[in-house]
Amino acid sequence: MAFPHRPDAPELPDFSMLKRLARDQLIYLLEQLPGKKDLFIEADLMSPLDRIASVSILKQHEVDKLYKVESKPVLSSSEQLCFLVRPRIKNMRYIANLVNTDKLAGRTRKYKVIFSPQKFYACEMVLEEEGIYGDVSCDEWAFSLLPLDVDLLSMELPEFFRDYFLEGDQRWINTVAHALHLLSTLYGSFPNCYGLGRCAKMSHELWRTLEEEEDGETKGRKAEIGHIFFLDRDMDFVTALCSQVVYEGLVDDTFRIKCGSVDFGPEVMSSDRSLKVLLNAEDKVFNEIRNEHFSNVFGFLSQKARNLQAQYDRRRGMDIKQMKNFVSQELKGLKQEHRLLSLHIGACESIMKKKTKQDFQELIKTEHALLEGFNIRESTSYIEEHIDRQVSPIESLRLMCLLSITENGLIPKDYRSLKTQYLQSYGPEHLLTFSNLRRAGLLTEQAPGDALTAMESKVSKLVTDKAAGKITDAFSSLAKRSNFRAISKKLNLIPRVDGEYDLKVPRDMAYVFSGAYVPLSCRIIEQVLERRSWQGLDEVVRLLTCSEFAFTDITKEDKASSESLRLILVVFLGGCTFSELSALRFLGREKGYRFIFLTTAMTNSARLMEAMSE
Amino acid sequence: MSRTKGDEEEYWNSSKFKAFTFDDEDDELSQLKESKRAVNSLRDFVDDDEDDDDLDRVTWSGEPVGSKTRLGSIQSLSDALSDTSAKSYAPELGRPKGEHRDYSNDWSLHDTVRRLRKGKVCSLERFRSLQDKLQLLEEAVNMHDGNVITAVLIFLKRTLSKEILFRELEVRQVALRHLIHFLKEIGDQKLLLDLFRFLDRTEELALSHYREHLNIQDPEKRKEFLKTCIGLPFSAEDSAHIQDHYTLLERQIIIEAIDRQLESAGQTEIFRKHPRKASILNMPLVTTLFYSCFYHYTEAEGTFSSPVNLKKTFKIPDKQYVLTALAARAKLRSWHDVDALFTTKNWLGYTKKRAPIGFHRVVEILHKNSAPVQVLQEYVNLVEDVDTKLNLATKFKCHDVVIDTCRDLKDRQQLVAYRSKVDKGSAEEEKIDVILSSSQIRWKN
Repeated sequence: MAFPHRPDAPELPDFSMLKRLARDQLIYLLEQLPGKKDLFIEADLMSPLDRIASVSILKQHEVDKLYKVESKPVLSSSEQLCFLVRPRIKNMRYIANLVNTDKLAGRTRKYKVIFSPQKFYACEMVLEEEGIYGDVSCDEWAFSLLPLDVDLLSMELPEFFRDYFLEGDQRWINTVAHALHLLSTLYGSFPNCYGLGRCAKMSHELWRTLEEEEDGETKGRKAEIGHIFFLDRDMDFVTALCSQVVYEGLVDDTFRIKCGSVDFGPEVMSSDRSLKVLLNAEDKVFNEIRNEHFSNVFGFLSQKARNLQAQYDRRRGMDIKQMKNFVSQELKGLKQEHRLLSLHIGACESIMKKKTKQDFQELIKTEHALLEGFNIRESTSYIEEHIDRQVSPIESLRLMCLLSITENGLIPKDYRSLKTQYLQSYGPEHLLTFSNLRRAGLLTEQAPGDALTAMESKVSKLVTDKAAGKITDAFSSLAKRSNFRAISKKLNLIPRVDGEYDLKVPRDMAYVFSGAYVPLSCRIIEQVLERRSWQGLDEVVRLLTCSEFAFTDITKEDKASSESLRLILVVFLGGCTFSELSALRFLGREKGYRFIFLTTAMTNSARLMEAMSE
Repeated sequence: MSRTKGDEEEYWNSSKFKAFTFDDEDDELSQLKESKRAVNSLRDFVDDDEDDDDLDRVTWSGEPVGSKTRLGSIQSLSDALSDTSAKSYAPELGRPKGEHRDYSNDWSLHDTVRRLRKGKVCSLERFRSLQDKLQLLEEAVNMHDGNVITAVLIFLKRTLSKEILFRELEVRQVALRHLIHFLKEIGDQKLLLDLFRFLDRTEELALSHYREHLNIQDPEKRKEFLKTCIGLPFSAEDSAHIQDHYTLLERQIIIEAIDRQLESAGQTEIFRKHPRKASILNMPLVTTLFYSCFYHYTEAEGTFSSPVNLKKTFKIPDKQYVLTALAARAKLRSWHDVDALFTTKNWLGYTKKRAPIGFHRVVEILHKNSAPVQVLQEYVNLVEDVDTKLNLATKFKCHDVVIDTCRDLKDRQQLVAYRSKVDKGSAEEEKIDVILSSSQIRWKN
């Protein structure tokens, strides 16, 4: 239960500074528009803002009213309007509409747009085209790192995934590089860099450029974090597509953790109200169960409940003085624990109810069969039935993708029939979804023979050649062959287990998937850290079709303390799952490392699928 | 970006370039030093503050911000600013970018792209020759920053004819992807389609055109639009899907018009008893089939709204059809229809029960629609696998099936065990007792 860290595990840096920094930047920006003003906030920025600033802070800086940026018309009477938005075209149109309406009415106000985390030229172009460039002043709020927990930093950019992995737009790479630069300014540079993936390589290069440009600023600082690992999400889609069974992952899959907190509805609270609950290391009960396989959680909670009961019971037979002590010193803590316990017990019950209803056991069985590569026919008909019964469009899609990636694409006959049934069950417009999934390499059709691969390699030699241009189009998507089966074999991702896998005493990272599968992403990180290089992993990298984009960059650094060398920052480009965090936390405990996670956003299978849906 | 020594020297010596000086208004270095100092000094400042997670929540309703201010607990930035020693706590953000002036038009290629990356206004007008423009693009691509690539593309789009632009991008895939995404985002559908046409990416062209239907709300107009999609160069497979999409909406419009009228007239029993919850327009085919099985089950094949007609028109597989019809008729508790769904006659006129989806599924669906035990029992009995049958029968309390199966299996022990599960003094208990005391059966245990 809740394995303690090894005594020699390094301390984590204090990331609360990032919050303070972001808050002060925002205040500074608000002060740039002196006097009373109304603040319009984009929905997606509300939760992150909630984590760093309060109403009273906004009030102190003369924010009068708050509005959500949405399609409804605005009835603000303020003389100054401030917009806090992501750099998106539709936000620009919204603002332009508002400003132009004012202009027509002969009304003059002051407008300020604060882009977070940065502005884009495309946005300015729209402001210019709409004729309001100059009427509004623009600023940037470089709030790109939100500490969601002691070891987790999120950029809160879920759109990174679609923008880069589907559209091939590199607009967020600069944001990533800047975030890393901020970290290295605060906590020292990272002497050992590793990475896998095209985006990883570009992010690393751009970050290096920033460091060089601003050399001297970080040089003096002692490195607190010894290693950094960049990883592209498309190196491992499989892990992200699996159903999660560690507690935190399951809570995310069931209730959706948003910006580090979750809304527990009436079904959890066993009352008619909902409650927003922060989920992090501060919650003592949660902290002990978050990384546990779900099957252990019940036992743990009931043990906890019994202990609590015993502590309450002690008050029987107390005299007045003891009772007074008890009430003033212990009761508050006990009450708090009681509240947390009942919360998580309620959540567990609700999860159980939902999972039983949807035949979770059967689902997990199918997933494991796909991971191991047996009974493909049976799994295919399971998916088919899922679709026919209109169970859930997202679930059906997820299973199809899992089938496709583990099998290196669907055989054409299956692809066609599953697709047809999917369109019939969930709507013909999903034709577009299928096209997206194919481009991203998530759901593909097996090519007849290996002719394609041969041609691909030929063509790739000729890419700059004009004549080859047309042929390359066929392969212009970012999609790659997955080769999952071979990689799995090479890296031993499916543990051979004699007898039962004891989930109470996990022996490896596979416990996060009930002992059936070691997350590929985490295995790669483990292997590289062990070797401190990619040596001996050439074959894996080749199978991942990523030979050009596996890199190491080691700076000889005599100042790096042994403590810092056991502190590892993992950068997930395109999102990571709670299961991956649990697996790496486990690895850390085994090896005496501590991991720090930086992700563009927390993700799971449903979010990945939704990002691809039309 | 490391330039070679030669480049470096050329840059500093060339008379074309003005070296920037430290008193330049937006000189990065001094700005940076200051912000770095700010960041570093923040450390001590931040560490003292433990108020972080105890903030009041923000309400987003557009209400005036709450009047209760918490005194003293949070040191605001303005307070910090009034103290001169704390001045550097303020993050250095420079002045609003809008006020920046591009004093020099002569930035080198490299520095131009670098300034763009930093979000500074930087005129690109001096890049007039095609070669200059392409070098600029190349430099941006080498920098990896998508925002800068797009900035350059916006400039190229404005200053090059589209044929030249397309031609050059065709061999520059990274930039091309950025242009495509940019055009999608700003909604320049016309140019996007021209681009796909130029690139000969016919399928993307077709899909891109088809995507537009999502923005058309009016069903008639949407239908007309879908009609224009039919001839587009989709893959053979997708062509069929598009045709089906059109046909489906066409049918839905007809069905919707008739049914809405029937419903409001109030003469039709089914609509009175089960008012429609939503319109059928734009629903998936399976949902439409369910609807049709629910409201129009008995209609002849000739009408558009009949299930048989839908089945034929869209070549719905038997399995899918039975599954949907079963769900619809079970929902109406029309057990007779359910029965008919699985009854087939062979050439001798004998009836036989057949289910393309397996009777265990049938039982589950019936149970979900709370079918009575008598109905369930009949289908549980049809499950071929004995274990599954016994499990289902136990799960759904089909006592007779359990009892008979145990008897057939000659499993005395299980029957005795089951006796404790049925009500005392019930007909089931009596039946079990009769069987247990029978001397005809040779029990296996």
